[in-house]
Amino acid sequence: MGWIEFILVLVVLTNLKLLASSRLGASIRVVARQGLILGALPLLAHQDALSLQHVALAAGSGVIKGGVFPWLLFRAVREAELTREVEPYVGYLTSLLAGVGALGAAFWMGTRLPVPVEVVSRWLVPVAMFSILSGLFLIISRKRALNQVLGFLVLENGVFTFGAGVLVETPQLVEVGVLLDVFVGVFVMGIIIFHINREFDHIDTDQLSALKD
Amino acid sequence: MNLLSLIPPVLALILSPLLLGVINRVKARFAGRRGPPLLQVYYDLAKLLRKGAVYSRTTTWVFRAGPVVGLAAVLTALCLMPLGGVPALWKFPGDFILLTGLLGLMRFAMVGAALDTGSSFEGMGASREVWISALAEPALLVALATLARQAQELSLTRICAALSEQHWLHTGPVLALVVVALGLVLLAENARIPVDDPNTHLELTMIHEVMVLDHGGPDFAFILYGAALKLWLFAALVTGMVIPAGSLSPWPNLVAGLGGVFLVAIGVGVVESVMARLRLLIVPQLLVGAGALAATAFLLGLK
Amino acid sequence: MILALLIIPALAGLLAFGLPTPKARRALLLITAAIHAGLTLACWRIAPQPILRGWLALDEAGLWFLSITSLLFLAVAVYAAGYLASESNPRSTDLEEGFLFDNVPAAVFVGCLLLFLTAMTLVTVSQHFGLQWVAIEATTLASAPLVYFHRHPRSLEATWKYLLICSVGLALALLANFFLAMAAAGNGPNSHSLMLSELVARAGELQPAWLRAAFILFLVGYGTKMGLAPLHTWLPDAHSEAPSMVSALLSGALLNCAFLGIVRAQQICVAAGCDAFAGDLLVALGLLSLGVATIFIVGQADYKRMLAYSSVEHMGLLALGTGLGGIGVLGAMLHAANHSLTKGLLFLTAGNILTRFKTKSAAHVSGLRQVAPVTGVLWLTGFLAITGLPPFGIFLSKLTILRAMFNGGHWWIATGTLLCLTLIFVGMARVVLNMTLGEPPPTTASSSPPEQPWEIGPPLVLAVIVLLLGLAIPGPLNTLLTQMTTTLGGGR
Repeated sequence: MGWIEFILVLVVLTNLKLLASSRLGASIRVVARQGLILGALPLLAHQDALSLQHVALAAGSGVIKGGVFPWLLFRAVREAELTREVEPYVGYLTSLLAGVGALGAAFWMGTRLPVPVEVVSRWLVPVAMFSILSGLFLIISRKRALNQVLGFLVLENGVFTFGAGVLVETPQLVEVGVLLDVFVGVFVMGIIIFHINREFDHIDTDQLSALKD
Repeated sequence: MNLLSLIPPVLALILSPLLLGVINRVKARFAGRRGPPLLQVYYDLAKLLRKGAVYSRTTTWVFRAGPVVGLAAVLTALCLMPLGGVPALWKFPGDFILLTGLLGLMRFAMVGAALDTGSSFEGMGASREVWISALAEPALLVALATLARQAQELSLTRICAALSEQHWLHTGPVLALVVVALGLVLLAENARIPVDDPNTHLELTMIHEVMVLDHGGPDFAFILYGAALKLWLFAALVTGMVIPAGSLSPWPNLVAGLGGVFLVAIGVGVVESVMARLRLLIVPQLLVGAGALAATAFLLGLK
Repeated sequence: MILALLIIPALAGLLAFGLPTPKARRALLLITAAIHAGLTLACWRIAPQPILRGWLALDEAGLWFLSITSLLFLAVAVYAAGYLASESNPRSTDLEEGFLFDNVPAAVFVGCLLLFLTAMTLVTVSQHFGLQWVAIEATTLASAPLVYFHRHPRSLEATWKYLLICSVGLALALLANFFLAMAAAGNGPNSHSLMLSELVARAGELQPAWLRAAFILFLVGYGTKMGLAPLHTWLPDAHSEAPSMVSALLSGALLNCAFLGIVRAQQICVAAGCDAFAGDLLVALGLLSLGVATIFIVGQADYKRMLAYSSVEHMGLLALGTGLGGIGVLGAMLHAANHSLTKGLLFLTAGNILTRFKTKSAAHVSGLRQVAPVTGVLWLTGFLAITGLPPFGIFLSKLTILRAMFNGGHWWIATGTLLCLTLIFVGMARVVLNMTLGEPPPTTASSSPPEQPWEIGPPLVLAVIVLLLGLAIPGPLNTLLTQMTTTLGGGR
């Protein structure tokens, strides 16, 4: 039971907290914390053969996910003069219960997909799956565009957990590319949120319903 | 039967009202007051027992049975709970399910008595009590199941005996989650802040207290005593899993267990002092959260 | 060569953000598109060398899709240059609700177009799954500002849906890449490699459970981007709200890029011997897409949305052909080219219609033949071509896909497909004929500007190519198609 397990438990707890959280600011901070925590994952997974690149990558992802994204999102909150409520389609309690269900499903998936190589922790795959499922759930169950971005970040964190923890040798080029893509993606989303706010005076996506058949 | 096993229940019978005294003293200290004497609950009990009971003409035997059945249930439950490495009076595989069942019976008796009065306030209190315990019970069961799974044992005595420092070293996060979940259940089941306020006298905000408004004299003494014993029970449970029953000889172990129980009481006092009571609508979130923590611990603990 | 294909549009794109005069920007767009097309053509003569340790290389499938993209981009570039030249007023009036809105600055528009081209080129040349994912994600990011060219609420809504849904899909596709690496792991050192050639060579050693999970995620992830039902929901919105030339690129080139991602995954499944599993999934999604597209095309009131759903239909056909294997793969590859060019033609023509009638509602368009004769003819031609009438190329490729169904004895699939295609034909015929024939509304007839060469030139060229592809497939093309089909498991 090392630091990795500790980190993974924290990731699970942050996800649960996010599912039950009713405040926008708190949600952003939780996601930021999750990003920071996960930044340490590559370092711990590569403990025996730590290279400068790993450190740079960990630092980069930590700074971007734990610092730049929250700053960007808080700016969006401030400029959009949002109220602090999350406004879910699915209530917080139900969300939390769904989260527990998702956790069970994630562990079931973990048993169905046995990892062929030695991994640093047997919790890695289930926890990664859980983050992905919670992210998907957050995206479909929240009205606010901002919360959907948060859900996307959690989803992305889940994929990152899997990638950084299970695959010890991903090529640096790809990792940097992935990080860059996510960064630009959230940046563009932030700009769009700003525009949505300007056009509609709010960022509830349930008002985005002009286009349908 | 081991004579040593008689000690934990006897200690509980004698010392449990002191727990409430300790909590009140801690709260008083935080508030800068001197607070009531540590033995105040004993005085209250003695006073109540000396009085006669008054029964409303509309109540039936259900009302009178409530406190007695409740006290009997919690006394039985006490016999299942080990303390500080001393085995419980009764132990058999699956006894933790009986424990939750007995707690349920106690609650059922109290709720039945409250409903029997026909008063709207008591009915409301009963409804809230059931609502909260319906949320707390799954959390408790899953937490106990996780412990059983971790210890690879099925009776409370053996679980507490099997949980050692090694478990904390290897699956620390799992056990920590269970402790947090059990702590939340403890606060909810014993009607403490942040779920319920034992000191409030505004009927609308009360949960547990409002249920027992119509009881008086010895009946109320039974209820008060039962509540103290229930608190002891949970404190002993938390202590049993946190303090590993190591290789110490029985007596120091027992002292450690006792110390743990009182530490839990102090902890409850601190929580009550630094937190406000939650809005009633938030309470379910807290308890479902406790359930989620317990479920997380269970899943993480799967081999 | 490959490096030039990537670097020239990338540099041009960055340059476009900084160029001061509109004229220079338009020239840059045209020149870059022409150079790109020229380089692509050269690749047909001299096979380019792999670079970056084989990460970037042009195999048959890559060359095929690169050519489609490059050709379509050239047509769109000509159209866009003319469009930007005519659009002198930065503020426009909303066509449907009549309020004022800004356009995205032309510099950003041209820059994003060129970066979009770079990203799509990278998709076709990358031989590494991770790099391909990065490229496909980059296409989303580069095209999002394009969809939001007209800055008004509806296009904003479309952009948001596009960005969010595709990003989520692509996040799942990233997971699929990791799963694929997992399937390859445990086979000795350096087995984490995600190089296409190495994975195909060692396909037999892949862990089946992980490979299947990876394929499902690839299908869901890239299928979202490709517009396979039920993951297509962003597609009609983005296609109908984007400017017409962007819609043409989205439909004709972007969807193909995502399809290429699925094709690569299928390639590995074929090599690993679980093509039946992958094929069944593809066929199921393909049929579903056909069905959904049919439902929404019949009775569709918005002609750009109709075209968008038609794209869903054709993506369904591509999935069907690939899933069936055998000659179906050949049909699907040919169909990809035919569909892209025809859809490019249709969307560019739809742009012409939109500028004249100022509405996307098909009910308010009539007498196109008199208002804009060449556009009218092109609109009709495009309709005949897209619904698969002879002698256009789509007839040939649809027939090939259907033949694969009959060869395999999939009678039910064939019946369902034919039924859907017939219904779509009827549904589109009703809309298109009503738009083309009849009397134009009086206001439109008098105020409509004459047709500019840039408006009708590019679609005209595309129409001719589609017609030629239907009449005869040139030798080099034929060789390429056959080779590609063999590597994709169509040789059986």
